[in-house]
This record gives sequence, structure tokens and C-alpha cells, in this order.
Amino acid sequence: MAPATAAPVVLRLEGITKRFGTLTANDAVSLSLGAGEVVALLGENGAGKTTLMNILFGHYSADEGVVEVGGLPLPPGAPRAAIAAGVGMVHQHFTLAENLSVVDNILIGTEPLWRLRAGRGAARARIAALSRDFGLAVDPEAVVASLSVGERQRVEILKALYRDARILVLDEPTAVLTPQEAEALFATLRRMVAQGLSVIFISHKLHEVMALASRVVVLRQGRIAGEVAVADTTPAALAALMVGAAPAPAQIAPAPAGPARLRLRGVTTPNEGARPGLRGIDLTLAGGQITGLAGVSGNGQGAIAALISGLARPEAGSIEIDGREAGRGWSARAALDAGIARIPEDRHGTGSIADLSLTENAILERFTRPPFSRRGWLDRGAARRFAEGLIARHDVRCPGPDARIRLLSGGNMQKLILGRALSGDPGVILANQPVRGLDVGAIGFVHAELLAARARGAAILLISEDLDEIMGLADVIHVISAGRLSPGFARGTKTAAELGVWMAGGGFADAA
Amino acid sequence: MRLEPIAAPSLWRLAGLPAAALAATVLAGSLLALIAGADPLATLGLVVKGAVGSRFALLETLNRATPLIFTGLAVAVAFRARLWNIGAEAQLYLGAVATVAIGTAGLGLPAAVVLPMMAGGAVIAGALALLVPALLKTRMGVDEVVTTLLFNFIAILFVSYLIEGPMKDPMGMGWPKSERLPDPLRLPRMIEGVRLHWGFGLAVVLAVGVWIVQTRTTLGLAMRAVGENARAAAFAGIPVNRVIAQTALISGGLAALAGFSEVAGLKGALTRDLSPGFGYTGIIVAMLAALHPLGVVVAGIFVAGVFVGADSMSRAADVPSYIADIMLATALLTMVLALMLTRYRIRRD
Repeated sequence: MAPATAAPVVLRLEGITKRFGTLTANDAVSLSLGAGEVVALLGENGAGKTTLMNILFGHYSADEGVVEVGGLPLPPGAPRAAIAAGVGMVHQHFTLAENLSVVDNILIGTEPLWRLRAGRGAARARIAALSRDFGLAVDPEAVVASLSVGERQRVEILKALYRDARILVLDEPTAVLTPQEAEALFATLRRMVAQGLSVIFISHKLHEVMALASRVVVLRQGRIAGEVAVADTTPAALAALMVGAAPAPAQIAPAPAGPARLRLRGVTTPNEGARPGLRGIDLTLAGGQITGLAGVSGNGQGAIAALISGLARPEAGSIEIDGREAGRGWSARAALDAGIARIPEDRHGTGSIADLSLTENAILERFTRPPFSRRGWLDRGAARRFAEGLIARHDVRCPGPDARIRLLSGGNMQKLILGRALSGDPGVILANQPVRGLDVGAIGFVHAELLAARARGAAILLISEDLDEIMGLADVIHVISAGRLSPGFARGTKTAAELGVWMAGGGFADAA
Repeated sequence: MRLEPIAAPSLWRLAGLPAAALAATVLAGSLLALIAGADPLATLGLVVKGAVGSRFALLETLNRATPLIFTGLAVAVAFRARLWNIGAEAQLYLGAVATVAIGTAGLGLPAAVVLPMMAGGAVIAGALALLVPALLKTRMGVDEVVTTLLFNFIAILFVSYLIEGPMKDPMGMGWPKSERLPDPLRLPRMIEGVRLHWGFGLAVVLAVGVWIVQTRTTLGLAMRAVGENARAAAFAGIPVNRVIAQTALISGGLAALAGFSEVAGLKGALTRDLSPGFGYTGIIVAMLAALHPLGVVVAGIFVAGVFVGADSMSRAADVPSYIADIMLATALLTMVLALMLTRYRIRRD
């Protein structure tokens, strides 16, 4: 397929194939980028986007195919070559030294250490000029630890620009940003392409792709599923290309509140460093409903999740499950035994154990009970059957039940965790950021599972920073801000802007 | 540089890298022999001959391997759950103390009753010796590397006190040693007329037992889960602190059986030189075995063979037996590297 623009090609990936054992992560993938162009790279988790970018940056060497920047081939497996040729990358997880200033972070790796001090004045001036030209407002002398996520991302972009990058690759750049920060990022990227720079934008979010890119390359299972100009396509068509079929738009009928399954009464928790604890909140989760918890991250969501998960006990106030107060023995085990399913925020660090098998991870919450435990002996047959059932029911793509879970993509890992949590037909479900970083297909799957559990009468708490997700799914919405909880708003009674006021701390009784 | 996990390591990696580590060990031994002015091939031949070249040599190697298998298992069990037990030496000595105390108490019971009591007493002593650092770790966050390491010195000084004082053999002509165990309370030989006591058999049986516990029981899965990711284990409702305490009991008990087997199987009495660092060498054995309990048996025999062979070689040729220490150090470093490279590939950035 020919590139849709007439601009000179600055980057060309031709026939890239990369195999890991029996898995073909990239199968004859070709991609070209013109000067001043934004190309979006779209695909589900495990579709091969990250592998392709790792080949571009020389972290992997391709089994077949060539990488050309500005018409010159890059030597395979040489990470500095791509950077030297003017390709910069902004990773999803930032690579900044938190205890150093912005200037030092930008200079590290570009200047010999002994010259860091000497050339600082000139470097500062250049950084100031770059941030002015591209609208990347950040204080050059600020210590990175004191910066917000959006500001840190700007530092990453400045770092690439400082190294004379003409091509910028951004891996899911908006996953960590507030809507306002994302808008500012888009403005910056538009300025960059206006000055002739080129951008590869990796994303799951279709409306962002539509807003920013001129051309979209869709990867599916390691192959190019399609390459289209944004002008000629629709979000639904892109979603269909990604997952192979158009996902049905969710039609959610309102549900009446069932009996209260879980209650927090006047719950207070201590502050954790700069993060406020809960300040005497009351929260009721009713059966057959999804309760959404909206708010900017770090305002007490973590404390609520820890309480319901059984990882923490309230300093004051009480937790009640089905009318019974959880006493001093409240623990993760007690929460599981009370029928609370937990989907943790951090699926790698908390939700799974990377070097245990899928089977072992699948039974992790219940292996001390029959049928998996028979007087302390592990019934490996029962465990395997359970895992195979989860894998089949939840379409977990994996080499097999004995494979280490480390080898799974984020979406497949989440499907397994979801299956594990929901398999006991729980009465209460805590879903903490259940779709963060997932692709459209996996998001649809997770949401469908939550809705199915709701239809079975479960009380669900959905914690998310994505207001669209909350407004789309939740029957009742609470907003959390600085450890305080807003009243519950029924679906459709508040607009995003009104909820935004609560998120910013307005509307509370003690608000200024 | 960074490490990149390998999904399915090739046979070449799984077999070739450990073989290369072994080759590096042999090469290090050869170089040292060369420096000592001896013929490297002949020297290595003498080491091999001294380790396994005769029935006597082989039995000597297996006898020497016995305490190393116990301490190696103790370390492997603890390290798997990420409990860094550097105190196998202390647990060994305390096990030996319990063994001698029960064995010389003059209980007047048949040996078939007293021998298991001695082993049981040793296990309890060793288990409690590691439970204390484990509780300090889980309750107060005290680093167990420091506490278990320093506990070794306390235990050895305690043994010195005992054999100079309350447990000193009155018939020992002033030597600092305990009373000898009466003959019926010595571990019998595994085969009549062959100088190999049942301590070795017990060590092998327990290695299989540990392997079964780790792979077939819920406790084993809990121990591995806690070792791989304690946060996720706690989230899944596994009582992490209790699992660490259980691990400590098992590990300390295994190390103490090294003391029991050395006293009841070989030495017959408690002395200050009962262990030439078996507790520390157990760490090498466990690491060489990649913490696999059955691998510990093989690694224990290998390490014992290098020691026994080098001793025998240095008697025959004029090469110091310190060659054994350097060969083992080389084996450890290269094997740890080789085992890592079977799972990860190095990328230059």
C-alpha cells in the first residue's frame, strides 16, 4: 500500500518479521512516515506494536526486513543508531531520574558527566527555547519528583527534541493524562508537525487517533490489518479492523438498587505521605448496580480499594458486608471469604505473580480450599481443569496453562485475573481501574463481564479515572476529592462538567 | 545493558550453558595447577580419582556430601520463599547440641526410641533458631541476613562455652569436647561393611520430601508465591508472615539435621570444629542447584567431590588443596551466570 501523502518519506520499515519461538510477533510489517505527518499505530495488546517499535529502536533485531531513516538503513540491534538518526521515543512509563532537575534529566546521556555543569547555561537557554516553540511549559530547574505526570511527559518530549529528534514515537501518551493535559499534548504535537517533524502515535483510543493522525496503520496478531487515511474512515471501522469485528455499542438499561451488600460507615484512614486519607466517608454498594467512583488519582481511591480488598482496616468507622460488621480480623482472606471479588489496579505487581504459571495464578485466591486442597495436598488435576476452564471461557490467549504468566500481554493477563475474581459468583466486586492500558477488544470484554455480574445481582464498585467509562457504566456516581466523598448521583443527572467541579473539590460542605 | 526474558529457552541454552560453567571450573583448576608448577591434566586426574576413583573415595565423597545436602536443602527452601537464611551454620551447631544433650542424658530407653528423639530435638532446636530471626523480620522489619549471619557467631561461642563447661567430657583429658554418644546411639551404616551411614539416606529422602512439598502441597505453592511476589501473595489472601515463619521452621530444621547426622553418624561427639563451614557451603550448594531440592543432592555430591578430590590430590602431588576453594568459587560464579542466561538474554543499549 502506498503512503497517502506526497511528503518525502523520513522513516520506512519494510517487511519486518520477528519471531519469538513459535510466536510471530511481527509478520512482514511495513510502515512509512512522511515529513510533517502523524501516523497512528493502532492495535490490541499483543498485536505487535511494541515489538515493532523495539525493532525500530534496535532493542530487538528483526529476523527479516529493514529499517530506514532518511533513506539510510539502520544497523539492526544498535539502540543508539536510531537516536543518532533523529528518532526519539516517549515511553508510557517514563525514564526520568526523580531526584534530578529537569535540565539534568535532559542533559544526562547527551553530555559527558563532567561537562554537565559547564554547558548548563547554554543548555538551559536551548531548553527554554524548545519549550517556548512547542508549548511545553515546564520549569527547567524543578526537581522531577515535584512534577505532575503531564509535566513529566513534557520533559520526556523535551529530552527527545533536545537530541534533535525529527521523528517522535509516543507510546500511549494519553493513558496517564487528564483530559486537559491530553489537549495540551495534542496542541504541542500539532505544532511539531507544522514545523516539519513527524510523529508515530501509538494508541488504543480511537477518538484521539481520529483527532490527531492523518493516517492509521492497524496491526492485528502481528500483521497489518489495514492502512487507511483518517479522512476516509470512522471510529467504528477502525475498531472493526483492530478486533476483526465491530463491537456492539453498550446498551445499558437502568437497574433499580437491590439490597445493600457493602457499606462503609464514617470511615477514616490515616494520610499516606502527601496523599490524603479518607475523612469519614459513607458509601453503600447496592446489589444489581454499578457504583462508579470518579476522581483524579491519588484522592483516596487507593484507601477505599485497600479497605474493601481487606488490605487495610479503618482507623475509625466500620465496614459492613450484608449487614454484618467486619471486625478486627478483617483481612484479604476475610474479604475473599465474604464473597468480595477484587480486580486490583496493578495487575503486574498485585494481581499476578509473574513467574508462576497461569494455573497457579488462577487458583491463587482459593488453593487452600477444596477442591484444590485435599488436606494440604494440591490437587493439580483440579487446578489445571479450573485454569483451562478460565482460559477457554475468557478467551485468554496464551501458550498454555503451564506457561509463566509473565509471557501474557496486559489484556490477556487481565482476562485471567477477571476470570479468577468472578468465578466464585461474588456478591461484591471491586474493580479498580479494570481497563487501564487495555485495547478496545479487552475493554469491551471486561465491561461485558461487569455488566453480566450486575445482572446477576452483584454490587460493583468501579474505580476509574476515565470519566467516560464511569458515566457510561455506572448507575450511581460518587466523586472523591481529597479524601471526601460526594453524594451519589443517579445516572444521567450530572454532566461531565458538573462532575468535574466535584473532582476539583467544589460542592463539598467544607469547600471554600 | 539490560536483561530480556526468554519465553522458551533452547536446549542449547539449557544444556550448553551449565556445561560451559563446568568447563570454566575445570579451566580454573588447570590454570592453578599450572601456576603451582604441576601438570594440569594429571592434577585434575588426581582430583577426579580422589573424589570418585575408588570405592573408598566415593564413599568418602558421599559422607562429606551428607551435611552439605542438609544445609543446601535448608538454604534452598528458605531462599525460594525469599527468606535469606545465612545462619545454617548456627542451626547445624544447635542441632548438634540437642543431639548430644539427648543422646548423653542416659535416658535408659532403647536406641530405636532415643535416635528419633535426638533427630527430633535437633530439628526443634534448629527450627527455633531460625524462627527468631524470621519473627524479627516479619514483626519488626529486622533484616534477616544480618541476624542469621551474626547468629552463627553466637551459636559457635555458645557451643564453645558448653564444651568447655557444662557439657565438657570429664574423661576427655582436658580437650574441649562433649561426651561421646554411646555406641547404640550412633547412626547405623546403610550397607553392612560399607562406611556410609544412614545420614546420607535421610538427606536424599528429605530432598525428595522437600521437592514433593514444594510442588504438590498448598504450603509449597504458598512458599513459592510469597518468594516470587509477596505483595501479590498477600493480596490473594495468603498469610505471608505465617508462611515465612513456616518456611523458617522447615529450613532451620533441615540445617539442624546436618548437625545431628555429623554427630550421630560420623564424629560421635560435639566439638568446635564439627563443621568446617558446612552452613556457608550449603549456600553454594543451593545456588549451584538453582534452589531445586533434587539438584541439591547432585550439587552437594559435586561440591563434596571437589573437596575430597582436592585433599587427596594435594597429598599425592605438591599442589595446595586450596585449589578446591577456588574451583568451587569459579563453579558458583559461572553457574549462577549460566543459570541466569538460560532465562534471560543480555541486550546492549
